[in-house]
Amino acid sequence: MTAERVTMLRHGKVDLALHHLREASPAGGGRPLLILHGLGEVSAKRVPAWAEAWTGPIAALDFTGHGSSTIPRGGGYTAELLLADADAALEALTNGDATQSITVVGRGLGAYIALQIAGARAAQVHGAILVDGPGLAGGPTGPTSQSFFSLPTSAATPDPYALVELGRDLRPPDYATQFVRLALAGSDLDEPIAVASVFRPEWLDAVAREHGVMQATLAEALATFAN
Amino acid sequence: MTSTTTPSVTERVFGDPSTEFEYPGAEHPAREYQLNANGLQIAVHEWGDPEAPPLLLVHGGFDFARTFDVFAPLLAAGGWRVVSWDQRGHGDSEHPELYSWDADMRDALTVFDHVSPGRPLPVIGHSKGGALMTQLADAQPFRFTHLVNMDGIPFNRRIPDVAEHERTKMVSAEIAGWLDHRRTTSTAQRKPGTVEELAARRGRMNPRLEPDWLKRLVTTGGYESADGWRWKIDPSMRFGGFGPWRPEWTLMRLPGLPMPFLGILGREMEEMGWGTPPEKVLPFMPLDGRCEILEDVGHFVHVEQPDRVSGLVLDFIATPGATAGGAA
Repeated sequence: MTAERVTMLRHGKVDLALHHLREASPAGGGRPLLILHGLGEVSAKRVPAWAEAWTGPIAALDFTGHGSSTIPRGGGYTAELLLADADAALEALTNGDATQSITVVGRGLGAYIALQIAGARAAQVHGAILVDGPGLAGGPTGPTSQSFFSLPTSAATPDPYALVELGRDLRPPDYATQFVRLALAGSDLDEPIAVASVFRPEWLDAVAREHGVMQATLAEALATFAN
Repeated sequence: MTSTTTPSVTERVFGDPSTEFEYPGAEHPAREYQLNANGLQIAVHEWGDPEAPPLLLVHGGFDFARTFDVFAPLLAAGGWRVVSWDQRGHGDSEHPELYSWDADMRDALTVFDHVSPGRPLPVIGHSKGGALMTQLADAQPFRFTHLVNMDGIPFNRRIPDVAEHERTKMVSAEIAGWLDHRRTTSTAQRKPGTVEELAARRGRMNPRLEPDWLKRLVTTGGYESADGWRWKIDPSMRFGGFGPWRPEWTLMRLPGLPMPFLGILGREMEEMGWGTPPEKVLPFMPLDGRCEILEDVGHFVHVEQPDRVSGLVLDFIATPGATAGGAA
């Protein structure tokens, strides 16, 4: 098997690695599937077994500070920044054509970002599937007594600042459910979000109980959104 | 754990003092240098006697340390070494890859550790700088002898009732607008213009500030190139934004602050302010805290009334070097 093709996407001052795990077939056709990894992970280098049945192209994004993407100076991570990372991948996979769409599978932290991009770009995300993975819980749901400190800088990914900052980002349930409502308002689908995770932290439990969210296994959800 | 590495210091003079638009009482800082804050160069500006006890001035969002060019010398004349810094992406500090509240906080700790290692000091914050320091005073009270918050107390503005589907549309447009902006950030540049044009643009957000003051802001917060002046601030930054944070969460930290606290609030609401009705803040005063509400003054209390506000601050922080209660 040949090594996968990687394109670098420029997002602000960061270069993001987008791994093309399966190219579009010569005849075209099939919606692109974007895979978002969990906190501290890197993208898969080949098509995962669970995605073999997908008929379209498959790509996986390394978030800022992860895998082959840029390590920023002095941290500053937010989930919203990662949402914009995912939006850069969306733009690349749809060739900047706002009439094209993708399907997104997110693991852990990537599940939270998949939910956000499904709400933020509702017309272009034909289904987001939220599955278990590192960073699924996130941080608290309200003000905390957490303190502030510096970390030794690292030349290798994952960036320790990413692990700390994205492991404690605020995730109020009513903030998360807002993205479900945005997705529902802007999507052609009756159920644009699928929760396939076993673990349901507070934000995800609230999401799972929203109108427009299906409970399904990863395989079922992929089959539903493939059409 | 606090930051344990010794930051490296590089002496610098930022900008060209001879091109700075003159304004009564305004002074170029006496000393300027860069601090290495976890790999990012942060610009620090100091006024006053280097041997005097230090205090920190913290600027607001979309501002920079040189907005204290009049206010800082007045505090220095009271016997203080006045230290301020440009937050990441602002003024003469480097433009980093990422921005966040926590990152601003860590950059601040680098300055605290450099200026007053292991010793508390008075801290005066304006606008976002006041909100940042209010949270830091709650998280790390041992760093503060006094806290002054100048019109930087966030408050949950009451949003008029709108139908749910209308609200969804507004939020949707806001987020899409922000993402569209992010797609432009790798190539974005600030719009060039003459000193007068940049001053007029800023004046639309700060209608209460004098034209000559705004011109000085351009010549200290901007740089000139062949096609005109531009603000130094990172063009990838954008006013507004969205996220899970709520302004009332900073307000909740106020009542428990252990150090003497002074709030200085302007009565007149402005676009760059939080829209905080002063009376709404009074129930949140800590035990050793009070609020001064200035009538007919806007968000930039220290720019509109530098003599009065510096007088309030100097009275409050009292004699340099005198010990004040840090923790209760």
